[in-house]
Amino acid sequence: MKTDELIALLASGAPAIEANTLQRRYTTALGWGAFGATLIMAIKLGVRSDLAEAILLPVFWVKLAFPATLFAASLLAATRLSRPGMPLGHVAAGIAAPIVAMWLLAVAALITAAPEELDGLIFGETWASCPLNIATISVPLFAASLWAMKGLAPTRLTLAGGAAGLLAGAGGALVYALNCPEMAAPFIAIWYVLGMLIPTVLGAILGPRLLRW
Amino acid sequence: MSVSEVRLRDLLVRGLGGDTSAYHAFLKDLSTHLRAFFRVRLSRLPDEVEDLVQEALLAVHNQRHTYDPGEPLTAWVHAIARYKLVDLYRRRAVRDALNDPLDDELDVFASSDTEAADARRDLAKLLERLPDQQRLPIVHMKLQGLSVVETARATGMSESAVKVGVHRGLKALAAMIRGEL
Repeated sequence: MKTDELIALLASGAPAIEANTLQRRYTTALGWGAFGATLIMAIKLGVRSDLAEAILLPVFWVKLAFPATLFAASLLAATRLSRPGMPLGHVAAGIAAPIVAMWLLAVAALITAAPEELDGLIFGETWASCPLNIATISVPLFAASLWAMKGLAPTRLTLAGGAAGLLAGAGGALVYALNCPEMAAPFIAIWYVLGMLIPTVLGAILGPRLLRW
Repeated sequence: MSVSEVRLRDLLVRGLGGDTSAYHAFLKDLSTHLRAFFRVRLSRLPDEVEDLVQEALLAVHNQRHTYDPGEPLTAWVHAIARYKLVDLYRRRAVRDALNDPLDDELDVFASSDTEAADARRDLAKLLERLPDQQRLPIVHMKLQGLSVVETARATGMSESAVKVGVHRGLKALAAMIRGEL
């Protein structure tokens, strides 16, 4: 077949393309993903009973701001990686900044604490279940963000899968924070990060297989 | 910014808006750039050049909704072309691992084509492998130039089924070329 024939085949009757495909696709995906994540949490864990009191504490907002800023940064990374040839710019720094800030808060809390408080600050009551809970809650967001990407055209598949995974993990952590009773910065800096890392690594592994086009 | 960047972007943007003759001109112009791009990088595999040009054109077409008119077209096209090139290397690495390694030595004697040759694969044969609800809309609309409404009438399919059929069919063609179907 001649290339000119293929060109004629592709061009004839090619319909107009709706603008903002990427934005609409991610909005749909994250809407359904967030719905699924909230549903899993509501059924599996429930919202913490003292939420009304917790929102008065600054730590609670730090706990929300941490995954929220990571969510925003990874969304930027994921959308850029969904388009061929888009430069990443300072996205990596945007992802690193909230993690580093959280770790600094954790170190500050640990060095000012009395030795007998360290265990509580690091392990809290729920360290064993926290990472897995975050990973479980992020499952719908994980599927949704990979679906969004699959309909676009990522060319760096490992990075793209990782960004989609981090997006899901940060979203999952954000939802989980409404249940989680832990209030210590070291706890969040360790176990939340670990929880978000699970879908991130999984996405980076699956990306080259699932996102090919 | 180069002259062809400005010209090609203008054609593509009009094409994305539904101007099929501008889109046709865009693809035609683009194919010459792609051919030059691949010919330099596939000097040892001249037979692959035209196949890859067609593959990249299909990819550009199927992924054209990912182009952001605010971004440079060169970077977008280049990323797609590179992606398809790497994909070809990967496929050949798999194939060479399975097949006779003598193939590579013979490439040294292959003569180089200067003109746009026919690609070796026959797209018409690939089309025949598509299911009816994808093949018929493509044949009617793309090869016979009917409109969506006329195609729907001729095939007895709904208008949205015709549009979906063309879209899915072209995606399936691209997958067949990659050797996935």
